[in-house]
Amino acid sequence: MGKKSDLKSKKNKSNDIKVSIENLNLFYGNFWALKNVTLDIPKGKVTAFIGPSGCGKSTCLKTINRMNDLVSSCRIDGKVLIDNEDIYDPKTDVTLLRRRAGMVFQTPNPFPMSVYDNIAYGPRIHGIKNKAKLDEVVERSLKGAAIWDDLKDKLKKSAFGLSGGQQQRLCIARALAVEPDVILMDEPTSALDPISTLKIEDLMAELRKKYTVIIVTHNMQQATRIADKTAFFLLGEVIEYSDTASMFKNPADPRTEQYITGRFG
Amino acid sequence: MQTVNSPKPSEDVNLLSLHKKRIKVSDIIWRILIYISIIITVGIFAIIILYIIINGINYISLDFFTKAPNDSLEGILPIIINTLYVEVVTLLIAVPIGIGSAIYLTQYVKQGKFVKIIRFCTETLAGIPSILFGLFGYTVFCIMFGLGSSIIAGCLTMVICVLPNIVRTTEETLLTVPKSYKDGALALGAGKFRVIMGIVLPCAMPGILTSIILAVGRIMGESAAFLLTIGTGTKMPKNLFDHIFASGRTLTLHLYYMSGNSSTKDSMNICFGVATILLIMVFILNCLAKLAAKGFRK
Repeated sequence: MGKKSDLKSKKNKSNDIKVSIENLNLFYGNFWALKNVTLDIPKGKVTAFIGPSGCGKSTCLKTINRMNDLVSSCRIDGKVLIDNEDIYDPKTDVTLLRRRAGMVFQTPNPFPMSVYDNIAYGPRIHGIKNKAKLDEVVERSLKGAAIWDDLKDKLKKSAFGLSGGQQQRLCIARALAVEPDVILMDEPTSALDPISTLKIEDLMAELRKKYTVIIVTHNMQQATRIADKTAFFLLGEVIEYSDTASMFKNPADPRTEQYITGRFG
Repeated sequence: MQTVNSPKPSEDVNLLSLHKKRIKVSDIIWRILIYISIIITVGIFAIIILYIIINGINYISLDFFTKAPNDSLEGILPIIINTLYVEVVTLLIAVPIGIGSAIYLTQYVKQGKFVKIIRFCTETLAGIPSILFGLFGYTVFCIMFGLGSSIIAGCLTMVICVLPNIVRTTEETLLTVPKSYKDGALALGAGKFRVIMGIVLPCAMPGILTSIILAVGRIMGESAAFLLTIGTGTKMPKNLFDHIFASGRTLTLHLYYMSGNSSTKDSMNICFGVATILLIMVFILNCLAKLAAKGFRK
Protein backbone atom coordinates (compact mmCIF):
# COMPACT_ATOMS: atom_id res chain seq x y z
CA MET A 1 0.00 0.00 0.00
CA GLY A 2 2.72 2.40 1.00
CA LYS A 3 4.64 1.69 -2.13
CA LYS A 4 1.67 2.40 -4.36
CA SER A 5 1.12 5.82 -2.88
CA ASP A 6 4.82 6.57 -3.29
CA LEU A 7 4.71 5.73 -6.95
CA LYS A 8 1.83 8.07 -7.38
CA SER A 9 3.61 10.90 -5.65
CA LYS A 10 6.68 10.32 -7.76
CA LYS A 11 4.74 10.76 -10.94
CA ASN A 12 2.70 13.69 -9.80
CA LYS A 13 5.13 15.86 -7.91
CA SER A 14 8.68 14.60 -8.24
CA ASN A 15 9.87 18.13 -7.46
CA ASP A 16 8.70 17.62 -3.92
CA ILE A 17 11.03 14.69 -3.36
CA LYS A 18 14.21 15.75 -1.59
CA VAL A 19 15.98 12.48 -0.90
CA SER A 20 15.33 9.39 -2.92
CA ILE A 21 16.71 6.00 -1.93
CA GLU A 22 16.49 3.35 -4.63
CA ASN A 23 17.11 -0.37 -4.13
CA LEU A 24 19.72 0.26 -1.50
CA ASN A 25 21.59 -2.73 -0.17
CA LEU A 26 24.26 -2.32 2.45
CA PHE A 27 26.64 -4.88 3.90
CA TYR A 28 28.92 -4.72 6.92
CA GLY A 29 31.36 -7.47 5.97
CA ASN A 30 29.06 -10.45 5.56
CA PHE A 31 26.15 -8.92 7.44
CA TRP A 32 23.33 -7.74 5.19
CA ALA A 33 22.26 -4.61 7.05
CA LEU A 34 19.90 -2.98 4.53
CA LYS A 35 17.82 -5.02 2.11
CA ASN A 36 16.39 -3.39 -1.01
CA VAL A 37 15.44 -0.19 0.72
CA THR A 38 13.44 2.16 -1.45
CA LEU A 39 12.17 5.43 0.05
CA ASP A 40 11.18 8.83 -1.31
CA ILE A 41 11.54 11.48 1.32
CA PRO A 42 9.52 14.64 0.75
CA LYS A 43 10.94 18.14 0.86
CA GLY A 44 10.09 20.37 3.81
CA LYS A 45 8.62 17.57 5.91
CA VAL A 46 9.71 15.61 8.94
CA THR A 47 10.21 11.94 8.14
CA ALA A 48 10.76 9.47 10.95
CA PHE A 49 12.53 6.11 10.79
CA ILE A 50 11.28 3.76 13.49
CA GLY A 51 11.98 0.15 14.32
CA PRO A 52 13.60 -2.06 16.95
CA SER A 53 17.32 -1.87 17.76
CA GLY A 54 19.58 -3.19 15.03
CA CYS A 55 16.92 -2.90 12.33
CA GLY A 56 19.08 -0.66 10.14
CA LYS A 57 17.33 2.67 10.62
CA SER A 58 20.47 4.50 11.79
CA THR A 59 22.50 2.82 9.07
CA CYS A 60 20.00 4.00 6.48
CA LEU A 61 20.19 7.54 7.87
CA LYS A 62 23.97 7.50 7.66
CA THR A 63 23.94 6.53 4.00
CA ILE A 64 22.36 9.90 3.24
CA ASN A 65 25.47 11.86 4.24
CA ARG A 66 27.86 8.99 3.60
CA MET A 67 29.02 8.64 7.20
CA ASN A 68 29.15 4.90 6.47
CA ASP A 69 32.20 5.59 4.33
CA LEU A 70 34.13 5.66 7.61
CA VAL A 71 33.35 2.01 8.30
CA SER A 72 35.95 0.11 6.31
CA SER A 73 33.97 -3.14 6.02
CA CYS A 74 30.89 -1.34 4.62
CA ARG A 75 29.77 -2.04 1.03
CA ILE A 76 26.90 -0.24 -0.66
CA ASP A 77 24.86 -1.15 -3.68
CA GLY A 78 22.00 0.94 -5.06
CA LYS A 79 21.31 4.63 -5.36
CA VAL A 80 20.76 7.54 -3.01
CA LEU A 81 19.69 10.74 -4.73
CA ILE A 82 19.51 14.20 -3.23
CA ASP A 83 17.72 16.58 -5.59
CA ASN A 84 18.12 13.95 -8.30
CA GLU A 85 21.89 13.78 -7.96
CA ASP A 86 23.39 10.41 -7.07
CA ILE A 87 25.52 10.97 -3.97
CA TYR A 88 27.43 7.72 -4.48
CA ASP A 89 28.59 8.84 -7.90
CA PRO A 90 32.42 8.86 -7.96
CA LYS A 91 32.32 12.54 -8.89
CA THR A 92 30.49 13.45 -5.68
CA ASP A 93 32.35 15.83 -3.38
CA VAL A 94 31.71 14.34 0.06
CA THR A 95 32.59 17.64 1.73
CA LEU A 96 29.85 19.43 -0.20
CA LEU A 97 27.43 16.57 0.39
CA ARG A 98 27.92 16.75 4.16
CA ARG A 99 27.49 20.48 3.99
CA ARG A 100 24.08 20.00 2.38
CA ALA A 101 23.04 17.12 4.63
CA GLY A 102 23.86 18.11 8.20
CA MET A 103 23.80 15.58 11.00
CA VAL A 104 22.86 15.63 14.68
CA PHE A 105 24.01 12.69 16.75
CA GLN A 106 22.50 10.59 19.49
CA THR A 107 24.59 12.03 22.31
CA PRO A 108 25.32 15.74 22.15
CA ASN A 109 28.89 16.04 20.87
CA PRO A 110 29.98 19.67 21.10
CA PHE A 111 33.67 20.21 20.43
CA PRO A 112 35.84 21.07 23.45
CA MET A 113 35.88 24.77 22.62
CA SER A 114 33.74 27.84 23.19
CA VAL A 115 30.11 28.09 22.09
CA TYR A 116 31.13 30.57 19.40
CA ASP A 117 33.94 28.41 18.03
CA ASN A 118 31.65 25.37 17.95
CA ILE A 119 29.24 27.15 15.64
CA ALA A 120 31.98 28.85 13.64
CA TYR A 121 33.85 25.58 13.06
CA GLY A 122 31.78 24.58 10.04
CA PRO A 123 31.74 27.98 8.29
CA ARG A 124 35.48 28.30 8.95
CA ILE A 125 36.33 25.01 7.26
CA HIS A 126 34.27 26.12 4.32
CA GLY A 127 36.37 29.24 4.02
CA ILE A 128 34.58 32.05 5.87
CA LYS A 129 37.21 34.09 7.70
CA ASN A 130 35.59 37.49 7.96
CA LYS A 131 34.80 38.17 11.63
CA ALA A 132 31.62 40.15 10.96
CA LYS A 133 30.31 37.43 8.66
CA LEU A 134 31.09 34.75 11.25
CA ASP A 135 29.35 36.74 13.97
CA GLU A 136 26.31 36.93 11.77
CA VAL A 137 26.35 33.20 10.99
CA VAL A 138 26.71 32.35 14.68
CA GLU A 139 23.80 34.55 15.64
CA ARG A 140 21.58 33.29 12.82
CA SER A 141 22.38 29.63 13.59
CA LEU A 142 21.76 29.98 17.31
CA LYS A 143 18.49 31.76 16.60
CA GLY A 144 17.60 29.02 14.14
CA ALA A 145 18.10 26.45 16.88
CA ALA A 146 16.06 28.60 19.31
CA ILE A 147 18.90 28.90 21.75
CA TRP A 148 20.21 32.41 21.06
CA ASP A 149 18.51 33.92 24.09
CA ASP A 150 20.02 31.28 26.39
CA LEU A 151 23.51 31.57 24.99
CA LYS A 152 24.06 35.08 23.71
CA ASP A 153 25.92 36.03 26.89
CA LYS A 154 27.88 32.77 27.00
CA LEU A 155 29.41 32.77 23.52
CA LYS A 156 32.96 32.75 24.88
CA LYS A 157 32.25 30.08 27.50
CA SER A 158 33.12 26.44 26.99
CA ALA A 159 30.33 24.40 25.43
CA PHE A 160 30.89 21.74 28.10
CA GLY A 161 29.35 24.00 30.75
CA LEU A 162 25.93 23.77 29.09
CA SER A 163 23.18 21.33 30.04
CA GLY A 164 22.58 18.26 27.88
CA GLY A 165 19.56 19.81 26.16
CA GLN A 166 21.43 23.03 25.48
CA GLN A 167 24.38 21.06 24.12
CA GLN A 168 22.10 19.20 21.73
CA ARG A 169 20.52 22.43 20.50
CA LEU A 170 24.03 23.82 20.14
CA CYS A 171 24.84 20.82 17.94
CA ILE A 172 21.74 21.53 15.87
CA ALA A 173 22.86 25.15 15.54
CA ARG A 174 26.30 23.91 14.52
CA ALA A 175 24.71 21.83 11.79
CA LEU A 176 22.59 24.81 10.65
CA ALA A 177 25.67 27.03 10.41
CA VAL A 178 26.84 25.41 7.18
CA GLU A 179 23.43 26.05 5.59
CA PRO A 180 22.27 22.51 4.85
CA ASP A 181 18.95 21.69 3.23
CA VAL A 182 18.59 18.26 4.79
CA ILE A 183 19.02 17.67 8.51
CA LEU A 184 19.62 14.11 9.66
CA MET A 185 18.96 13.38 13.30
CA ASP A 186 20.03 10.12 14.84
CA GLU A 187 17.90 9.65 17.98
CA PRO A 188 18.59 13.25 18.97
CA THR A 189 16.64 13.16 22.22
CA SER A 190 17.44 9.71 23.58
CA ALA A 191 20.05 11.12 25.97
CA LEU A 192 17.89 14.04 27.13
CA ASP A 193 15.34 14.68 29.86
CA PRO A 194 11.62 15.13 28.97
CA ILE A 195 11.67 18.93 29.02
CA SER A 196 14.71 19.19 26.77
CA THR A 197 13.11 16.58 24.52
CA LEU A 198 10.01 18.72 24.21
CA LYS A 199 12.10 21.75 23.29
CA ILE A 200 13.93 19.82 20.58
CA GLU A 201 10.62 18.53 19.22
CA ASP A 202 9.25 22.08 19.08
CA LEU A 203 12.40 23.07 17.29
CA MET A 204 11.93 20.31 14.72
CA ALA A 205 8.48 21.63 13.90
CA GLU A 206 10.13 25.01 13.34
CA LEU A 207 12.95 23.54 11.23
CA ARG A 208 10.48 21.83 8.89
CA LYS A 209 9.59 25.23 7.45
CA LYS A 210 13.08 25.64 5.96
CA TYR A 211 14.66 22.22 5.94
CA THR A 212 13.92 18.62 5.16
CA VAL A 213 14.25 16.76 8.45
CA ILE A 214 14.86 13.03 8.77
CA ILE A 215 14.87 11.63 12.27
CA VAL A 216 15.63 8.19 13.64
CA THR A 217 13.75 7.54 16.83
CA HIS A 218 13.12 4.73 19.28
CA ASN A 219 10.16 6.56 20.65
CA MET A 220 6.92 5.95 18.76
CA GLN A 221 5.06 8.72 20.55
CA GLN A 222 7.76 11.05 19.33
CA ALA A 223 7.18 9.91 15.76
CA THR A 224 3.46 10.56 16.06
CA ARG A 225 4.09 13.99 17.58
CA ILE A 226 6.54 15.32 15.05
CA ALA A 227 6.69 13.27 11.87
CA ASP A 228 4.65 13.82 8.71
CA LYS A 229 5.75 10.49 7.30
CA THR A 230 7.09 7.40 9.00
CA ALA A 231 9.06 4.42 7.76
CA PHE A 232 9.05 1.23 9.78
CA PHE A 233 12.24 -0.82 9.54
CA LEU A 234 12.61 -4.45 10.54
CA LEU A 235 15.72 -6.60 10.05
CA GLY A 236 17.08 -4.29 7.39
CA GLU A 237 13.89 -4.02 5.38
CA VAL A 238 11.37 -1.22 5.11
CA ILE A 239 8.14 -2.94 6.08
CA GLU A 240 5.90 0.05 5.72
CA TYR A 241 6.25 3.68 4.71
CA SER A 242 3.35 6.09 4.73
CA ASP A 243 1.83 9.13 6.40
CA THR A 244 2.37 8.94 10.12
CA ALA A 245 -1.27 9.36 11.02
CA SER A 246 -2.47 6.58 8.75
CA MET A 247 0.32 4.23 9.75
CA PHE A 248 -0.44 4.53 13.44
CA LYS A 249 -4.21 4.35 12.87
CA ASN A 250 -4.38 1.53 10.35
CA PRO A 251 -1.07 -0.18 9.86
CA ALA A 252 -1.07 -2.12 6.60
CA ASP A 253 1.30 -4.85 7.70
CA PRO A 254 0.64 -7.05 10.73
CA ARG A 255 4.29 -6.69 11.81
CA THR A 256 3.91 -2.91 11.93
CA GLU A 257 0.82 -3.30 14.02
CA GLN A 258 2.59 -5.65 16.39
CA TYR A 259 5.47 -3.24 16.78
CA ILE A 260 3.48 -0.07 17.30
CA THR A 261 1.16 -1.75 19.77
CA GLY A 262 4.21 -2.77 21.73
CA ARG A 263 4.08 -6.51 21.23
CA PHE A 264 7.79 -6.66 20.39
CA GLY A 265 10.83 -4.45 19.94
CA MET B 1 19.90 -23.61 68.55
CA GLN B 2 16.79 -22.63 66.62
CA THR B 3 17.63 -22.70 62.99
CA VAL B 4 14.19 -22.24 61.48
CA ASN B 5 13.81 -18.56 62.31
CA SER B 6 17.46 -17.75 61.91
CA PRO B 7 17.14 -14.75 59.48
CA LYS B 8 15.44 -12.52 62.03
CA PRO B 9 17.78 -12.86 64.98
CA SER B 10 20.81 -12.48 62.75
CA GLU B 11 19.42 -9.21 61.41
CA ASP B 12 19.08 -7.94 64.96
CA VAL B 13 22.68 -8.78 65.63
CA ASN B 14 23.72 -6.79 62.59
CA LEU B 15 21.71 -3.80 63.70
CA LEU B 16 23.30 -3.90 67.13
CA SER B 17 26.79 -4.19 65.74
CA LEU B 18 26.37 -0.79 64.03
CA HIS B 19 26.98 0.85 67.39
CA LYS B 20 29.87 -1.31 68.37
CA LYS B 21 32.76 0.07 66.43
CA ARG B 22 35.58 -2.39 66.45
CA ILE B 23 39.10 -1.58 65.41
CA LYS B 24 40.63 -4.25 63.28
CA VAL B 25 44.28 -5.10 63.72
CA SER B 26 44.71 -5.68 59.99
CA ASP B 27 43.57 -2.09 59.34
CA ILE B 28 46.23 -0.74 61.68
CA ILE B 29 48.98 -2.83 60.13
CA TRP B 30 47.87 -1.78 56.68
CA ARG B 31 47.98 1.88 57.66
CA ILE B 32 51.42 1.55 59.19
CA LEU B 33 52.73 -0.11 56.04
CA ILE B 34 51.35 2.68 53.89
CA TYR B 35 52.86 5.37 56.12
CA ILE B 36 56.23 3.64 56.05
CA SER B 37 56.26 3.47 52.26
CA ILE B 38 55.30 7.13 51.99
CA ILE B 39 58.03 8.13 54.44
CA ILE B 40 60.61 6.11 52.54
CA THR B 41 59.60 7.53 49.15
CA VAL B 42 59.46 11.14 50.23
CA GLY B 43 62.41 10.72 52.57
CA ILE B 44 64.77 9.39 49.92
CA PHE B 45 63.80 12.18 47.59
CA ALA B 46 64.29 14.83 50.28
CA ILE B 47 67.62 13.40 51.45
CA ILE B 48 69.06 13.28 47.93
CA ILE B 49 67.96 16.82 47.12
CA LEU B 50 69.20 18.22 50.42
CA TYR B 51 72.49 16.32 50.26
CA ILE B 52 73.25 17.60 46.78
CA ILE B 53 72.19 21.15 47.43
CA ILE B 54 73.99 21.44 50.78
CA ASN B 55 77.17 20.15 49.21
CA GLY B 56 76.81 22.12 46.02
CA ILE B 57 75.31 25.46 47.01
CA ASN B 58 78.49 26.83 48.61
CA TYR B 59 80.41 26.15 45.49
CA ILE B 60 78.03 27.91 43.17
CA SER B 61 79.07 31.46 42.54
CA LEU B 62 78.34 33.88 39.76
CA ASP B 63 81.67 32.97 38.20
CA PHE B 64 80.84 29.28 38.35
CA PHE B 65 78.09 29.47 35.84
CA THR B 66 79.04 32.53 33.85
CA LYS B 67 82.55 31.47 32.83
CA ALA B 68 84.19 28.75 30.79
CA PRO B 69 86.30 26.21 32.70
CA ASN B 70 89.60 27.76 33.81
CA ASP B 71 92.82 26.01 34.75
CA SER B 72 91.29 24.53 37.87
CA LEU B 73 88.28 23.48 35.77
CA GLU B 74 85.84 25.82 37.48
CA GLY B 75 83.15 27.42 35.36
CA ILE B 76 80.44 25.62 33.42
CA LEU B 77 78.74 28.19 31.19
CA PRO B 78 79.63 26.50 27.86
CA ILE B 79 78.46 23.19 29.28
CA ILE B 80 75.09 24.63 30.28
CA ILE B 81 74.82 26.07 26.78
CA ASN B 82 75.66 22.66 25.28
CA THR B 83 72.98 21.00 27.38
CA LEU B 84 70.28 23.46 26.36
CA TYR B 85 71.51 23.28 22.78
CA VAL B 86 71.19 19.48 22.75
CA GLU B 87 67.78 19.77 24.36
CA VAL B 88 66.46 22.15 21.71
CA VAL B 89 67.95 20.43 18.65
CA THR B 90 66.86 16.95 19.75
CA LEU B 91 63.30 18.08 20.44
CA LEU B 92 63.13 19.99 17.15
CA ILE B 93 63.89 16.76 15.32
CA ALA B 94 62.16 14.20 17.55
CA VAL B 95 58.84 15.92 18.33
CA PRO B 96 57.61 16.45 14.74
CA ILE B 97 58.67 12.93 13.73
CA GLY B 98 57.15 11.40 16.86
CA ILE B 99 53.81 13.21 16.60
CA GLY B 100 53.69 12.53 12.86
CA SER B 101 54.20 8.80 13.36
CA ALA B 102 51.61 8.70 16.12
CA ILE B 103 49.08 10.47 13.90
CA TYR B 104 49.80 8.06 11.09
CA LEU B 105 49.51 5.02 13.34
CA THR B 106 46.23 6.09 14.94
CA GLN B 107 44.41 8.04 12.22
CA TYR B 108 45.54 6.82 8.83
CA VAL B 109 46.82 3.27 8.70
CA LYS B 110 44.35 0.40 8.90
CA GLN B 111 44.62 -1.22 12.34
CA GLY B 112 46.05 -4.68 11.86
CA LYS B 113 49.17 -6.78 11.89
CA PHE B 114 51.37 -4.05 10.42
CA VAL B 115 50.49 -1.61 13.20
CA LYS B 116 50.93 -4.31 15.83
CA ILE B 117 54.44 -5.00 14.56
CA ILE B 118 55.30 -1.29 14.63
CA ARG B 119 53.89 -0.96 18.17
CA PHE B 120 55.90 -3.96 19.33
CA CYS B 121 59.06 -2.44 17.81
CA THR B 122 58.56 0.95 19.44
CA GLU B 123 57.87 -0.68 22.79
CA THR B 124 61.02 -2.75 22.53
CA LEU B 125 63.07 0.24 21.42
CA ALA B 126 61.85 2.16 24.46
CA GLY B 127 63.29 -0.48 26.74
CA ILE B 128 66.75 -0.79 25.19
CA PRO B 129 69.66 0.44 27.39
CA SER B 130 70.81 3.78 26.08
CA ILE B 131 74.47 2.81 25.87
CA LEU B 132 73.45 0.56 22.95
CA PHE B 133 72.03 3.60 21.18
CA GLY B 134 75.32 5.32 22.00
CA LEU B 135 77.25 2.53 20.33
CA PHE B 136 74.96 2.65 17.30
CA GLY B 137 75.24 6.46 17.12
CA TYR B 138 79.00 6.24 17.35
CA THR B 139 79.37 3.76 14.49
CA VAL B 140 76.67 5.26 12.26
CA PHE B 141 76.55 9.01 12.88
CA CYS B 142 80.12 9.66 14.05
CA ILE B 143 81.98 7.28 11.74
CA MET B 144 79.77 6.28 8.80
CA PHE B 145 78.22 9.73 8.31
CA GLY B 146 81.56 11.32 9.17
CA LEU B 147 80.09 13.66 11.76
CA GLY B 148 82.80 12.81 14.28
CA SER B 149 82.27 13.40 17.97
CA SER B 150 79.92 16.32 17.70
CA ILE B 151 76.76 17.81 19.16
CA ILE B 152 74.78 16.88 16.05
CA ALA B 153 75.84 13.23 16.35
CA GLY B 154 74.80 13.28 20.02
CA CYS B 155 71.47 14.88 19.16
CA LEU B 156 70.68 12.36 16.43
CA THR B 157 71.48 9.52 18.81
CA MET B 158 69.27 11.12 21.45
CA VAL B 159 66.45 11.47 18.91
CA ILE B 160 66.45 7.69 18.54
CA CYS B 161 66.38 7.32 22.33
CA VAL B 162 63.37 9.56 22.97
CA LEU B 163 61.40 8.87 19.79
CA PRO B 164 59.78 5.57 20.93
CA ASN B 165 58.46 7.17 24.11
CA ILE B 166 57.11 10.23 22.30
CA VAL B 167 55.37 8.02 19.73
CA ARG B 168 53.85 5.73 22.36
CA THR B 169 52.60 8.44 24.71
CA THR B 170 51.21 10.54 21.86
CA GLU B 171 49.55 7.49 20.32
CA GLU B 172 47.84 6.66 23.62
CA THR B 173 46.46 10.18 23.98
CA LEU B 174 45.33 10.36 20.38
CA LEU B 175 43.36 7.15 20.91
CA THR B 176 41.54 8.71 23.86
CA VAL B 177 40.06 11.52 21.74
CA PRO B 178 36.34 10.61 21.54
CA LYS B 179 35.18 9.36 18.17
CA SER B 180 32.08 11.55 18.50
CA TYR B 181 34.21 14.69 18.09
CA LYS B 182 35.66 13.36 14.86
CA ASP B 183 32.24 12.29 13.61
CA GLY B 184 30.83 15.70 14.45
CA ALA B 185 33.53 17.46 12.46
CA LEU B 186 33.35 15.05 9.53
CA ALA B 187 29.56 15.47 9.39
CA LEU B 188 30.10 19.20 8.92
CA GLY B 189 32.13 18.46 5.82
CA ALA B 190 35.60 18.76 7.32
CA GLY B 191 38.36 16.85 5.57
CA LYS B 192 40.53 14.42 7.48
CA PHE B 193 43.44 16.86 7.70
CA ARG B 194 41.21 19.59 9.14
CA VAL B 195 39.70 17.20 11.65
CA ILE B 196 43.15 16.16 12.86
CA MET B 197 44.57 19.69 13.02
CA GLY B 198 41.45 21.38 14.39
CA ILE B 199 39.94 18.78 16.69
CA VAL B 200 42.12 15.74 17.38
CA LEU B 201 45.47 17.42 18.07
CA PRO B 202 44.09 20.21 20.31
CA CYS B 203 42.20 17.60 22.34
CA ALA B 204 45.33 15.53 22.72
CA MET B 205 47.59 18.49 23.50
CA PRO B 206 47.89 17.90 27.27
CA GLY B 207 49.01 14.33 26.65
CA ILE B 208 51.40 15.36 23.90
CA LEU B 209 52.91 17.98 26.20
CA THR B 210 53.36 15.33 28.87
CA SER B 211 55.30 13.20 26.41
CA ILE B 212 57.48 16.20 25.58
CA ILE B 213 58.07 16.95 29.28
CA LEU B 214 59.21 13.37 29.79
CA ALA B 215 61.50 13.68 26.77
CA VAL B 216 62.97 16.91 28.15
CA GLY B 217 63.79 15.18 31.40
CA ARG B 218 65.23 12.17 29.62
CA ILE B 219 67.53 14.30 27.45
CA MET B 220 68.66 16.36 30.43
CA GLY B 221 69.50 13.25 32.42
CA GLU B 222 70.99 11.11 29.67
CA SER B 223 74.69 10.38 29.74
CA ALA B 224 75.33 6.95 28.23
CA ALA B 225 74.00 7.81 24.77
CA PHE B 226 76.19 10.94 24.72
CA LEU B 227 79.28 9.27 26.12
CA LEU B 228 80.35 7.79 22.80
CA THR B 229 78.94 10.40 20.45
CA ILE B 230 79.06 13.98 21.64
CA GLY B 231 82.74 14.48 22.54
CA THR B 232 84.23 16.24 25.51
CA GLY B 233 84.52 19.86 24.34
CA THR B 234 84.25 22.63 26.92
CA LYS B 235 84.88 25.65 24.71
CA MET B 236 82.49 28.56 24.49
CA PRO B 237 80.54 28.41 21.20
CA LYS B 238 81.76 31.04 18.75
CA ASN B 239 78.83 30.79 16.40
CA LEU B 240 75.54 29.09 17.15
CA PHE B 241 75.29 27.35 13.77
CA ASP B 242 78.85 26.07 13.57
CA HIS B 243 78.58 24.91 17.16
CA ILE B 244 76.37 22.02 16.11
CA PHE B 245 79.37 20.31 14.51
CA ALA B 246 81.66 21.00 17.46
CA SER B 247 82.38 18.56 20.23
CA GLY B 248 80.65 19.58 23.45
CA ARG B 249 79.91 17.72 26.68
CA THR B 250 76.62 18.04 28.49
CA LEU B 251 76.21 18.64 32.23
CA THR B 252 75.74 14.96 33.04
CA LEU B 253 78.88 14.07 31.10
CA HIS B 254 80.79 16.89 32.80
CA LEU B 255 79.76 15.46 36.15
CA TYR B 256 80.95 12.03 35.05
CA TYR B 257 84.33 13.30 33.79
CA MET B 258 84.85 15.46 36.89
CA SER B 259 84.13 12.63 39.30
CA GLY B 260 86.98 10.65 37.77
CA ASN B 261 89.31 13.61 37.53
CA SER B 262 92.03 13.83 40.15
CA SER B 263 93.98 16.73 38.64
CA THR B 264 92.18 19.22 40.83
CA LYS B 265 91.35 19.01 44.52
CA ASP B 266 88.02 20.59 43.88
CA SER B 267 86.70 17.98 41.48
CA MET B 268 84.14 16.61 43.93
CA ASN B 269 82.92 20.12 44.73
CA ILE B 270 82.55 20.81 41.02
CA CYS B 271 80.48 17.63 40.75
CA PHE B 272 78.08 18.81 43.43
CA GLY B 273 77.92 22.25 41.86
CA VAL B 274 77.01 20.70 38.51
CA ALA B 275 74.48 18.40 40.17
CA THR B 276 72.80 21.35 41.87
CA ILE B 277 72.58 23.24 38.59
CA LEU B 278 71.10 20.13 36.91
CA LEU B 279 68.47 19.85 39.61
CA ILE B 280 67.55 23.50 39.27
CA MET B 281 67.31 23.23 35.47
CA VAL B 282 65.08 20.15 35.61
CA PHE B 283 62.90 21.88 38.18
CA ILE B 284 62.54 25.04 36.07
CA LEU B 285 61.83 23.08 32.86
CA ASN B 286 59.19 20.97 34.60
CA CYS B 287 57.49 24.08 35.97
CA LEU B 288 57.48 25.72 32.53
CA ALA B 289 56.02 22.61 30.92
CA LYS B 290 53.34 22.34 33.62
CA LEU B 291 52.41 25.96 33.02
CA ALA B 292 52.21 25.35 29.28
CA ALA B 293 49.99 22.31 29.79
CA LYS B 294 47.72 24.32 32.07
CA GLY B 295 47.46 27.07 29.48
CA PHE B 296 46.42 24.52 26.86
CA ARG B 297 43.76 22.95 29.04
CA LYS B 298 41.91 26.25 29.36
